[in-house]
Order: sequence, then structure tokens, then C-alpha cells
Amino acid sequence: MTQTPLLIVLLLTLSSLAYHFGRKRAFAVSGGRIRTLHSLPAYYGLYAALWAVIPALLVLALWLAFEDSVITRLVIASLPPETATLAPSRLNLVLNDIRNLVVGNIVSSEPDAAILAAADRYRDLRGISTTALFAVTLGLAAIGGWFAYGRIRPEYRSRNAVERILKGILITCSTVAILTTVGIVLSVLFESVRFFQAVPITDFLFGLDWSPQIAIRADQAGSSGAFGAVPLFAGTMLITLIAMSVAVPIGLMSAIYLAEYASPRVRAIAKPLLEVLAGIPTVVYGFFAALTVAPFIRESGGLFGLDIASESALAAGLVMGVMIIPFVSSLSDDVINAVPQSLRDGAYGMGATQSETIRRVIFPAALPGIVGAVLLAVSRAIGETMIVVMAAGLAAKLTANPFEAVTTVTVQIVTLLVGDQEFDSPKTLAAFALGLVLFFVTLALNVLALYIVRKYREQYE
Amino acid sequence: MEAQASQFMAENPEHAPARRRPAEADSATYDREHRGTVGEVRSEVPRMRCTAVNVHYGDKHAIRDVSLDVGKNEVLAMIGPSGCGKSTFLRCLNRMNDTVVGCRVSGEILLDGKDIMAPDVDVVPLRARVGMVFQKPNPFPKSIFENVAFGPRIHGLAQSQAELEEIVVSSLQKANLWGEVKDRLAHPGTGLSGGQQQRLCIARAIAIQPEVILMDEPCSALDPISTAKIEQLIDELRRNYSICIVTHSMQQAARVSQRTAYFHLGDLIEVGETDRIFVKPQHQLTEDYITGRFG
Repeated sequence: MTQTPLLIVLLLTLSSLAYHFGRKRAFAVSGGRIRTLHSLPAYYGLYAALWAVIPALLVLALWLAFEDSVITRLVIASLPPETATLAPSRLNLVLNDIRNLVVGNIVSSEPDAAILAAADRYRDLRGISTTALFAVTLGLAAIGGWFAYGRIRPEYRSRNAVERILKGILITCSTVAILTTVGIVLSVLFESVRFFQAVPITDFLFGLDWSPQIAIRADQAGSSGAFGAVPLFAGTMLITLIAMSVAVPIGLMSAIYLAEYASPRVRAIAKPLLEVLAGIPTVVYGFFAALTVAPFIRESGGLFGLDIASESALAAGLVMGVMIIPFVSSLSDDVINAVPQSLRDGAYGMGATQSETIRRVIFPAALPGIVGAVLLAVSRAIGETMIVVMAAGLAAKLTANPFEAVTTVTVQIVTLLVGDQEFDSPKTLAAFALGLVLFFVTLALNVLALYIVRKYREQYE
Repeated sequence: MEAQASQFMAENPEHAPARRRPAEADSATYDREHRGTVGEVRSEVPRMRCTAVNVHYGDKHAIRDVSLDVGKNEVLAMIGPSGCGKSTFLRCLNRMNDTVVGCRVSGEILLDGKDIMAPDVDVVPLRARVGMVFQKPNPFPKSIFENVAFGPRIHGLAQSQAELEEIVVSSLQKANLWGEVKDRLAHPGTGLSGGQQQRLCIARAIAIQPEVILMDEPCSALDPISTAKIEQLIDELRRNYSICIVTHSMQQAARVSQRTAYFHLGDLIEVGETDRIFVKPQHQLTEDYITGRFG
């Protein structure tokens, strides 16, 4: 509805009027002695303002959510019976025609009288709806404001009421975030269930062959349609392993240097510089991997007589490892810094050298936290997409050789969903199943990591 | 920085004569004038001998011209109001201040006649000879056995596992902790009570056979019963070690020490036999402090 912004402006105006009058009335009922009021005058104003705006906004939101479907239903009811009883897909086309007529777009065919009449009716209903919406919401705002205004008395606890309303708003916001997550998980789950109706779950989880091209026509050749996810997870694990074997030693060592050895000045410069790595967009890492690192690895492999694919797991893994370094180093740095100074003093006081202190006291004390940091980095590596899309290749090969091209779960999800797709074939639904398994793997890793980190924190408190 | 320090030294003659301040002077006022030390700074049988020690934290002159002996087989108590520099001075004695950024120590500190401040002195063997126990019990997050074995391991004091076990057992016995932990040596040291943890830290410190043990308010985080046990332990340890203890409790200083040093705003005001200091202080500031007029 095009007039919604105007309506919202009107509602806010009403609300600020309610604030003004509420505040004035609070002054008035106090008889000039503010100390006799339970709350500050502004709270009375705010109370009136919230009463004016919130019910009206709620009604507005509900109205906008259901307006279209109600009007459409009324229009269908007014259509001649032979049109109204068409199949849903055909009926949709008719309705589109009607809507296009209303807004003046080109229609698919010359409209007949019934359609024109329906379009007129649609336009009328929209007009009525808009007028009614204005009347209802503005009326509601006025009533709400008046109601609150009438309740303003010196002993009325408006501060408590306002705090309650604000708390309600905050709860609503956090609920939205949680419900969104639940919604995403459920939608992935339902699509996965549809996929598992077409492909048995055991074939998917334990199958060794991935070839998602399925035959659209019966006579199509070369499309086996195998959905064994093992090669994808193997590829993901291979690349993750390579990435972690780069990121963990480098990240951990730099964290130890920054936390224990670096002077404050070096630390102030080096730490942000290291964290710049985390700010580089993954797509930049991706083309760096594909265009610089992969050819370099292939050529240097050639010097040793090794046959390295131009899209090797090694290239993608190395670059991903570099990307993850700041994760490991930043989290480990925090963990190492959280080791109490008293433990360091204790070790130094015994005559331990700096490296003995780190190896024998600080590292063991920080180990659970470091493990947590590494697990968080692993779940990041598993979910990473852009680098592997650009540098790891598409061939679903079950191999442990880092010089070959492998593919990952995320890469396959991208290729399954990019381009024109039909959303009821196992090929596209497979993406949801892959996403679901990936979600559970990273969720499990995150929960485990957070559990370990929390357990570690309690140790010193 | 160095130039700044030497300039300061030039403006402040090193051994200003000891003089009594008028009683009506506000003794808590921080003035830049150096106060001399009264009493007997020297011991007849010194283990450690400090001469004209100065400590700077950045621009702050935390310790000024302190000369003090730690005698053999004696407990030296250091008392004084918060921020008077007694802990800072204690940390000079095994060069723990090396780990503090921006801290500079000058002067001469002799251990058995050898200067520990000399540039060629390695802090690792020094700290094996001058052990330290901290204010808050800080056992490592390891087993009780490993806590005590830590020092012997890093200094290579035990040739075999049997020898290591012997050191651990005797250290725990000397720290009066053996009876309480002998059945749970493999349990984590952090699981002990506060007083037991502190005795574990003392066992850890004596496992490397130090000559001097520095204690920085070792009982301030403990209950009275644990405190009594530690005080009794300190008295026993005196037979084999020199002990230097910083404390906020004058009763504790009176109970455990043979000599007492009173610090005030970075100056060492008065040193003497504990019995004499608490009965007949010579300096007005000392008297004000021990009679509870401030601090």
C-alpha cells in the first residue's frame, strides 16, 4: 500500500502529541509539585505516547499482512463460477491479469467483461481497505492516547508501566531473531525430508558416489543421479585438515608471541595488522587462491616431477588456512591473556625461564581454551564457501591426495542451486540435505567448543 | 631515562642524616625530600646486603636509597602503609622486577657477597637460591605432586624418579602439608583449601633448596587458623632459611620476625630488633604507624 508511510508519519505525530499532553497533564495533576508524582513527568508522557502508537502499529502490521489475501479471496468469490473453479495455477494467471489491469500494466490477453469487472472490484476493495485502515489505526491511536491520558494521576506508577512495555519490546526483538533461526532450520529440515523421500538417507550418508545430474527425460543419457555424500565430506575434511595444519601452528605461535613476548608497542601494531587478515573479503582470498597460489603450486610441483591438478585441495586449503590464522591467534591470545598473572609470577619466582613458563604452566593452563578456539576455527573452515568454490574444483573424488582436485559440501550446494532450477527434483533438494548435515556438524562443533571454553573459564573464577 | 635518573640522584644526596621529624608534621604527606634510616640496618651475619637501592617505575621514584641486610636464619618483617614500596623492595631481592615493564632498579644487592644486579648474573639460578611465595596462593593447575616437582624438574635437581619423589615428600613434610595430602598427590593442587594451597606454594618454593625465601603477604588471603599454621611453619623454616616477609599485620610481624623494617612512601624509616621496634620506636613515623595513628 503506497500510503503506509504517510499513515506511519501520522501515527508518530499523534504519539508525540500524546507525549506532550501526557506530560502536561502530569504537571497539572501534580499541582506544580513534581515530588508528589510517583514517576517523572516524562514517564507519564511516554506512557501515553506508547499507548497511542503500539496498538495502532500492531493493527497496521496485521492489516498489511492479511489485506491482500482477503481482497483476493473476495475478488475470486465475485468471479463467474467457471473462472473461480479453475485449477490453482490457471487461477493465478487470471488473478495476475486482474492485478496488472489495476496498476495499468500490459495484460496477457484481451480482457473480457468478467475480468474487467473483477479488476474494478479489486480497485474498489483496495480503496475501501485503505480508508478503513486509516480510520481504524488513527482511531485506535486516539483511543489509546486518550485512555492513557485518563489514567494519569499522581499515584499512577507510569515508570513501572513504561519499563514493562520496553521490556516487552526487547523480548519481541530477541524472539524475532530466535524465530528466524528456527524458521531457517525448519525449512531446511522439511526440504531435506522431501529429498530423503526420493533418495534413501543411508544412500546419502554412506554412498561413495556423487553425481547429482539426474535424467529429466527418460531417454537422457549419462545422468546417473547418485547422491552419496561421502566424497563431499571427505573433500571438506581434507581441505579443513590442510587449512588447520596451516592456521593452528602459525596462529598459536603468533598468539604466544603477542601475549608473552611482544612489547606493548609491538603488540599494539602487530595485533590489528594480523586481524586485518580477517577483514579481507573471502572472494579476494578466492581469486588469490585460484589465480596465484594454485598455479604456483602446480609449477613448483612440476619442478619435483609431481603431477598437481591446477585446482588442487592444497591451494584451497593453504589459502583458507591463512584466512583462519587471525581466528586462531585472536582467540588464543585472549585465552593466554586470561591465564592469571599470579601463575606466571609463580613460575618466574621459581627460576623458570620464559619458554619454560609458557610450555609448562601457561600452555597447559590455556589448553582447554585453545582447543575451543581451534574447534571454532574448524567450524568456520568447514562452512567456508567462496575460496573453495573458486579454487577447489568440482570433481567429487574420494581421495586423500592433496594434489588432486576435490570438492566440498559448500561448493556442491552452490553448484546445485545456481542457475535455473526446478525445486522439486532431488538434484536441488540435495542442497538442503547437504546444508542440514553441514549445519549439524558445525553446530555440534560450536557447542563442543563453547562447552570447553566455558569449563575453562570457571577454573579461575 | 637514565639521564633523568642520575639527575634526580644528583639533586638528592644519597645518605641524608637521620633526623627526627617534629611530631606535629603531617606524616602522611608525600614530600620529595629523602628521609634517612634510623636503627640497625646491618646484620652481623648477613645473607643478603642491600646498599642504596633505588627503584623507578617510569617517572615514579618507588624506592629511595634503601640499605638493608637480611641476616642468616632470621625472619625479617617489612611493614608499612599500602604503597610504601615494601613489596617492590621484596621483589628486588630476586629480581622479579625484571618482568615489570618500565621498572628500573639501581644500587647494590649482595647475596653471600656477590652482586645479583651485575649484568652477567643469570636470574634462573638466582631465583633458585632466592625463592618466593606470593600474596594469593597460586598453585599451578597441575597435580599436587607436579606442583612441588616443578622446580626440581626445571633446575634438574633430581637424577631419577625416586630422587624426585624423595624431594617432593620431604618438601611437603617441611611445609607441614604431607599428612593432609599424602593420599591424594595426584589430585589437582587447585582443589585444596586456601591455607593448604599456600603451604603447597611454600613446599614448591623450598623444593629447590633456596637460601632465602621471600614472602609477600602470605597470609592476607587466609583465615586465622590457616594463618597460625603458616606462622608456625615460618618459625620452623627459620632454622634452615633466611626469610623476608612483607605483612600488613603488625601482630604477625611481632609474632614471627626477629627484625622489623618500617617503610614509608618509598623510604626505609627504621630497622631494628622486632622486640625493640614495637616497644621503643625511635622514629616518629614508626611510632605513629605502630600505635595506629595512620596506615
